[in-house]
Amino acid sequence: MTRENVDGLSEQEAACWELLQDVKDPEIPVISMVEMGMIHKVRVESGVAHVEVLPTFVGCPALEIMKKNITEKLVEGEGIDEVQVRFVYDPQWTSDRIAVEARDKLRSFGIAPPPLGHKPGDEWEVACPYCNSPYTQLENLFGPAACRSILYCRHCKNPFEALKPIY
Amino acid sequence: MGEALHVENVEQALQNQEYAQALADLLFQLADDDFILAYRGSEWLGLAPHIEEDVAFSSMSQDMMGHAVMYYEMLEALGLGKADDIAQLRESAAFRNAILVERKNGEGEYNDNPHYDWAYAIVRSYVYGLHKQVRLEALQQSSYQPLALISRKMLTEHRYHLMHWQVWLKQLANSTPEARNRLEAAIAKVWQDAGELSDLGLNADNIARFGLIAGEDLLRQKWLNHTKKIFQNAGLSWPGEPGTAAIRGRAGEHTPELEQALATLSEVYRIDPAAGW
Repeated sequence: MTRENVDGLSEQEAACWELLQDVKDPEIPVISMVEMGMIHKVRVESGVAHVEVLPTFVGCPALEIMKKNITEKLVEGEGIDEVQVRFVYDPQWTSDRIAVEARDKLRSFGIAPPPLGHKPGDEWEVACPYCNSPYTQLENLFGPAACRSILYCRHCKNPFEALKPIY
Repeated sequence: MGEALHVENVEQALQNQEYAQALADLLFQLADDDFILAYRGSEWLGLAPHIEEDVAFSSMSQDMMGHAVMYYEMLEALGLGKADDIAQLRESAAFRNAILVERKNGEGEYNDNPHYDWAYAIVRSYVYGLHKQVRLEALQQSSYQPLALISRKMLTEHRYHLMHWQVWLKQLANSTPEARNRLEAAIAKVWQDAGELSDLGLNADNIARFGLIAGEDLLRQKWLNHTKKIFQNAGLSWPGEPGTAAIRGRAGEHTPELEQALATLSEVYRIDPAAGW
C-alpha cells in the first residue's frame, strides 16, 4: 500500500485512511480505492480533509463518482466538516501500485490482475483468473472500461477481463 | 536557451507574458487535435466493422477526449475562460487543429446514409497516433512542468491505441487485394494533409525557444523515421514527403467540415450550458 508519511499521520488522518477502505472502485466493487493504489495523500487541517487521488486513466468517466464517494465517506469522520478531493499526476499511477492482496480479489471477481514490474517491450502474458491456464487469447485490447481488456481462456472456455499494465 | 527554463506552475508561467502566450498557443494545438479527432472517432459509434471494434474505437475516443480536457483545463488555468466554453463555444477560426483531424469520415452523415471509409479511419488514427507519440515524448522535456507530467501519463494510455491500429494496419496490408487497395488509397489521402501535424503554428519560434516542446524539424524527422519503419514492416510502399492542405488549420483556417463537427458536438452545450460532457 502506498501511504505517504505513514509515521507522521495524525489520528484523524489515520481514521480517514480506515474510512477510505470502504470506498470501492466504482467499476470493480470488490476492491477499494486504497487497494487500487489510487489514494496518494490524506491531510486534515482544521476540519478539512484534503485527499489527493491518482487517476488510473485520464479520461476515466468514473472520476466524478469517485470524488463523490470519497467525499460522502469522509464527512462521516469525526471532526471532518469538509472534504477536498484533488486528482494529481505526480507520482503517476501505475499498475504496480495495486496491493498484492487485492490481486487475489481481482481474480475472484473474474479479472486478471496486471503483471508486476512490467516494462516497455515486455510481452503481456495473461493467465486465466478462473483456471490459471496460460492458454488464453486477447479478444479486444479495449473492454467495458478504459483500463480493462477482454480475453478468452481456451482451456476452461471462459471469457474474462484483464487490467491493462500501466507503467 | 530552452534548456535553462523550468516553469513549475501556472503562476510562474503568467509572470512572462510572452511565455504564457506561447504556452497557450501550443495547448490549443494539442487540445484541438485530440478533441476534434476524438469527435470524428465517436462518429463511428455503431458503424464500426464489428461490435468489438465499436467498443475499442469508443474507448480510444474517450481517452483522447480526456486528454483534450486536460489541455483545456490548463488553458482555463491560464485565464482563457472555462474549459467547457473553450472547447464548445469558440468559432472555427479560433481552432488550431491540423486539417487532417477535421476531415469527415467519408460520404454521408451519421444520421443520414453514412458511407464511412474504414481504411481512412485506420490510417488517419494510426498516422496521427504515431505523431502524437513523438509529441508526447518530446513534451516530457517541456519547460512547463504540468505539461511534462501529464504527457507521461497520456503516453501510458496512448501506447494501447498504437497497438490497436498496428493490428489493423498489418492485417489489412496482408489481406485481400481489395483490402490492400483501399488501404493504399487511404494512405494517399491521409498523406495529402499529414505534413501539417508537426507545424507548430504562427508562434512556432517562441514555442521552441521557450523549450515548451522540441522544434518542428525534430518532431517531423522522428515521426517520419518511425512511420517509415512501420510501413516497411507492414510491406507498404513509402508515400514520400507528406503534403499539406491548401489551407492551414494551425493558423485558424478551416474547412466547412470543421463547422459541421463543431455545430454537432456543441449542440447540447449551447442549449444547456449546465450539461456535463
